[in-house]
Amino acid sequence: MSAMRRKLIQNLANNMCKQVKHFNTVEVECLIRLFNALLGEQRKVGHGLDRLNFRHILHNTFDMTDRVRTELLFRAFDKDNDSYISVKEWVEGLSLFLRGTLEEKIKYCFDVYDLNGDGYISREEMFHMLKDSLIRQPTEEDPDEGVKDLVDIAVKKMDYDHDGKVSFADFKSTVREENLLLEAFGNCLPHLKRIQSFEQQAFQEPQELH
Amino acid sequence: MGVALSRAVQWDSSGADKLENTPLNKAMLSEILLFTEEFGARHPQEAKLVFREPLQWKTSLEASDFKTEYDISGESVMSQESDKEGRPLLHLTPPDITVYTFHHLSNLLQLSEDKKMKEVQACLAANRDPLKKILGSCSAAVLLEEWEEDELGAEKELEMKLLNNLKELDTKLLNIAVGQITREGRLSPAAVDGEVDQLKSFCGTGESRVLKSVRYTSDYVFSNGCRSPPWRQMDGEICSLIIETCDTEPTLFITCSTTGVFLHEGLIGDVDENSYKTKSNVYQDLVTLLKNKSPHFAQTIIEQAIQEVPSEKFQHMETVDEQETGQTLRSYDRREKNVPEKARQQHVQDKPGARMKKFEPSLKWKNLGLTSSYDKVEVKKAGRSGESKNTLAHGSKSPASDSKKRANFSETSLQGCRSSQKIKTPGGADDFIESSSEGEEDEEQPDRRAETTTDLPNEYWQIQKLVKYLKGANQTATVIVLCSLRDFNLVQETCQLAIRDVGGLEVLINLLDTDEIRCKIGSLKILKEVCCNSQIRRAIVDLGGLQTMVSILDSSDKELKCLAAETIANVAKFRRARRMVRQHGGIKRLVELLNCVPDGASVGAEQERDMEVARCGALALWSCSKSTRNKEAIRRAGGIPLLARLLRSPQKNMLIPAVGTLQECASERSYRIAIQTEGMIKDLVKNLSSDNQELQMHCASAIFKCAEDKQTRDLVRQYNGLKPLVMLLNEAENKQLLAATTGAIWKCSISMENVAKFQEYKALETLVGLLKDQPEEVLVNVVGALGECAQIPENLVTIRKCGGIQPLINLLIGTNQALLVNVTRAVGACATHPENMTIIDGLDAVRLLWSLLKNPNPEVQASAAWAICPCIENAKDAGEMVRSFVGGLELIVKLLKSPNKDVLASVCAAIAKIAKDVENLAVITDHGVVPMLASLTNTMDDKLRRYLAEAIARCCTWGSNCVSFGDAGVVAPLVRYLRSKDPLVHQATARALFQLSKDPRNCITMHEHGVVKPLVDMIGSTDEVLQEAAASCVANIRHLALVYDKARYR
Repeated sequence: MSAMRRKLIQNLANNMCKQVKHFNTVEVECLIRLFNALLGEQRKVGHGLDRLNFRHILHNTFDMTDRVRTELLFRAFDKDNDSYISVKEWVEGLSLFLRGTLEEKIKYCFDVYDLNGDGYISREEMFHMLKDSLIRQPTEEDPDEGVKDLVDIAVKKMDYDHDGKVSFADFKSTVREENLLLEAFGNCLPHLKRIQSFEQQAFQEPQELH
Repeated sequence: MGVALSRAVQWDSSGADKLENTPLNKAMLSEILLFTEEFGARHPQEAKLVFREPLQWKTSLEASDFKTEYDISGESVMSQESDKEGRPLLHLTPPDITVYTFHHLSNLLQLSEDKKMKEVQACLAANRDPLKKILGSCSAAVLLEEWEEDELGAEKELEMKLLNNLKELDTKLLNIAVGQITREGRLSPAAVDGEVDQLKSFCGTGESRVLKSVRYTSDYVFSNGCRSPPWRQMDGEICSLIIETCDTEPTLFITCSTTGVFLHEGLIGDVDENSYKTKSNVYQDLVTLLKNKSPHFAQTIIEQAIQEVPSEKFQHMETVDEQETGQTLRSYDRREKNVPEKARQQHVQDKPGARMKKFEPSLKWKNLGLTSSYDKVEVKKAGRSGESKNTLAHGSKSPASDSKKRANFSETSLQGCRSSQKIKTPGGADDFIESSSEGEEDEEQPDRRAETTTDLPNEYWQIQKLVKYLKGANQTATVIVLCSLRDFNLVQETCQLAIRDVGGLEVLINLLDTDEIRCKIGSLKILKEVCCNSQIRRAIVDLGGLQTMVSILDSSDKELKCLAAETIANVAKFRRARRMVRQHGGIKRLVELLNCVPDGASVGAEQERDMEVARCGALALWSCSKSTRNKEAIRRAGGIPLLARLLRSPQKNMLIPAVGTLQECASERSYRIAIQTEGMIKDLVKNLSSDNQELQMHCASAIFKCAEDKQTRDLVRQYNGLKPLVMLLNEAENKQLLAATTGAIWKCSISMENVAKFQEYKALETLVGLLKDQPEEVLVNVVGALGECAQIPENLVTIRKCGGIQPLINLLIGTNQALLVNVTRAVGACATHPENMTIIDGLDAVRLLWSLLKNPNPEVQASAAWAICPCIENAKDAGEMVRSFVGGLELIVKLLKSPNKDVLASVCAAIAKIAKDVENLAVITDHGVVPMLASLTNTMDDKLRRYLAEAIARCCTWGSNCVSFGDAGVVAPLVRYLRSKDPLVHQATARALFQLSKDPRNCITMHEHGVVKPLVDMIGSTDEVLQEAAASCVANIRHLALVYDKARYR
């Protein structure tokens, strides 16, 4: 069975390698294997990783623990919105996660932050994402004031066309000018160290096999 | 009594001998009166004790007032008793009275009845220190000692008792004085407070106001209700007030003390005791004073019934509160629109007054020097919020003056605090910082914080708000806030100081300690910019920011490394910071950053980033390399080969810091050798032809420092570096570049081969052109180069033809010693050519040179003396010229006492030239040149030996000098000179010996010291002068022998 499966995976990998950037066949193969391993018993259910599983991976492998954010990330990975991450979505997602270019990351982050998918990051969306980012001063009569202020600052900084919300073009210009603002509204890309350790782990085994 | 009299009694400040008519004085006088009056009855024995010195004063008593006890004769009165010397114990010759005992004093007071008080006053006024007169100058301690030694002489015992009595009185008096302060007298802290409150209610802005403002200089209230510092409370002070009246008169600075209120000079300037001196009369209370000082006040106060005020006051306060809350609500509505406005509004809520009180004590005294900057910031914040409140009140156009009144008050009183703080600053923490700066070359201006209190720009509030958020933000918000902070103009000082003043630096530096790369990057990007301000640099170092930055250099993120290195480069502009970098292992890490592989060919993105890291590392090393120890540390960390590698980089922005570092380090010998052996000269020469002036400057400067070494000079020539150097001379506008270039040319021209090249490139012409209108650092090098080039005779003609002599001579009048050394050398070289000498003589330059012998710098002295030699040699009528310098010969002979060998050698050389003229030789002989030269003969220095021998040879030709030299014992040492290895010494010595051998006794000495053998050897020398001198000397010795033989055998 293993020979057949290996063949199957290799074919899949070969196919996918043409569509996904940044990975070679061997690496894709490794990721598929990993995907299958993660899926475990659920494999028969068929569609792919569900939310819980994905959150688990993010938590353990990439040290991303924020519940709200993992949900956002799941949506970004799950491109066809079927609540499951397929093999293809998995590999594509990881391609960006691990080796995405700045442009790709900008697009990805924007998609994550654009909560309702209307092509803009609105003040309300920002508020939602930033609401826990400041320590509440118990003395202040309006605890949200700081966050509102922060939203103002962000809009002022990013809203190039002065329409009160941040379009993709706005976001792109902002990040190009200041890379730090790529993850302006919350961490949605893994740490360099995590990437390195993940790659080491994921891509090590096949080399040993060879 | 003594202490009380000298401290507590209030003497009139105008007339020295009058007591002020104050209640305290009265109370004390009556106590003294009582004491004295009863003394005779209470202590009859002590009262009989005769004073050491009498108390004398002008009395109002007359002879008729005295009774039977006294001898009255006409106007004068005498007591019946007299002392041991027969002087009466009381003696009155109106109006003078002299009294020797307490007995008579008390009698006298009883007699004078209603004039008692006057008498005591007059007596004390005339005898400022009665205790001293009564018991002599001895203190209690001395008395006690005597007492013990003398085994209780009866008189001594009495003295002791009297002393005790007087001390009791003293204590009583002091109690009165102190009691006066604490007693609920006419003016008490409570009374003053009440009055001030009342006055405050008169303040306002409306037409009907009576005063503009009333405020205390200090808001801190001591437990006794006083506001003045304790040392002033000692003088009875309660508080100080600043009152602005509606009249044109300046602000009134008023001191309230227990005795009344008066004006003082105000707090302007330092806390000088003078500033508190009484300026006006003392008034009963504030209202009286104000009535006197402010006509407007006096007028209005009559109109308004003062009695009504208290009830009115409460109404005022109520309205104020209403007003304020109303305002708060209103401005909150506006919040969304106007952010800074809101920031201010928040601070209105902070109740600045209350906060001030809390902080004040620690600021005021407890730890003058230790006040942390954080506290200050806090206080200032409060101060500013007070101000903002004021602005707000005005801005809201509130018609009611009441709120303004309040606002005004809070502002002004806080200003008072601030001013007191300002006064303290010079002696406080800042001084400490200054002293620890160990005289840094860079910056160190005093902290200007105190002055910036007046108008705070909008940015300040915005920055303050951002920093506040920064303190309580998670990493996401932190990044947003940091990016927003970066949008301020961070090179502007107001923003830099604002960041520091609101505690932003602490937060930024703390961020460097987190694990968040993005926060670190954001923070460093800000720090990098703001630390172009010296005060910020200092603060960063004080907060320990450098250590963290150094540890960041180990990070794997290249951008982070770059930023850290760049920030270090900007911070390490002063010595303490540089030392800090070294001590925390920064040098080693920075050197490691240099380790990239700039192949030039393949420039991938990754490689580009490596290069950037190396560049930033080099920048930081450049800053650090200004400290000698760091240079050494860089070398030990293996920085030199890495720098050499960077030197081959094609990028200019990489080359500048690399060459800059090398250039800085080239002051160390180890680097100079390394630069030569690592083949860096080639790259330095190559970059001389760069199109970047900064790079060119550093290269030239590096060559300047390295070319002291002959091999380096040759290398520069071999790599064709001389031509680009000469080309750079045309960049006369860039003075730094010009200084470096001329420096390099100067050092290179020490090699004659290089001079030939310079001739070829016509460098001399350009150099001569640079003798005018240049800064001294250029001139020193230009003249140095000319001096070197002038060692070749053809160049002398060139210099003359380009008109270089006149400007050179003009430079002889300067004061820069390095320049003078070079100028004298150049002039001396020029003087070797007779035609040049005519010009030099015409310009009276020899006189200028001669006057330089008086220069305190021995280098200048020597250089001037060397220059004088060719001048004397080549001038026409040199003897006459030298004689024309009044005191000149004496001056030069005196220089033979100099401790400096080079000065001695040069002066000997000059004396040898001077002595050619017989008249001058006679003069210098009179000045004692012979013994002085003789005293130098034991030297081991070949250069000095040579010129000394020459001088001796010349000086022998006058009178009995030859014999005198022999007597002074120069012969034996001179014979030893023949064993020197220097042929030039041989020649001069042989000539001197020949001159000396004209005296037969010298011949004998010479012979005894075995002169013949070496002289015979020297006859075989190729040097004809030496041959001849040696031979002549031997001939003289031989001649003597022959004469001797002839005499013997005849």
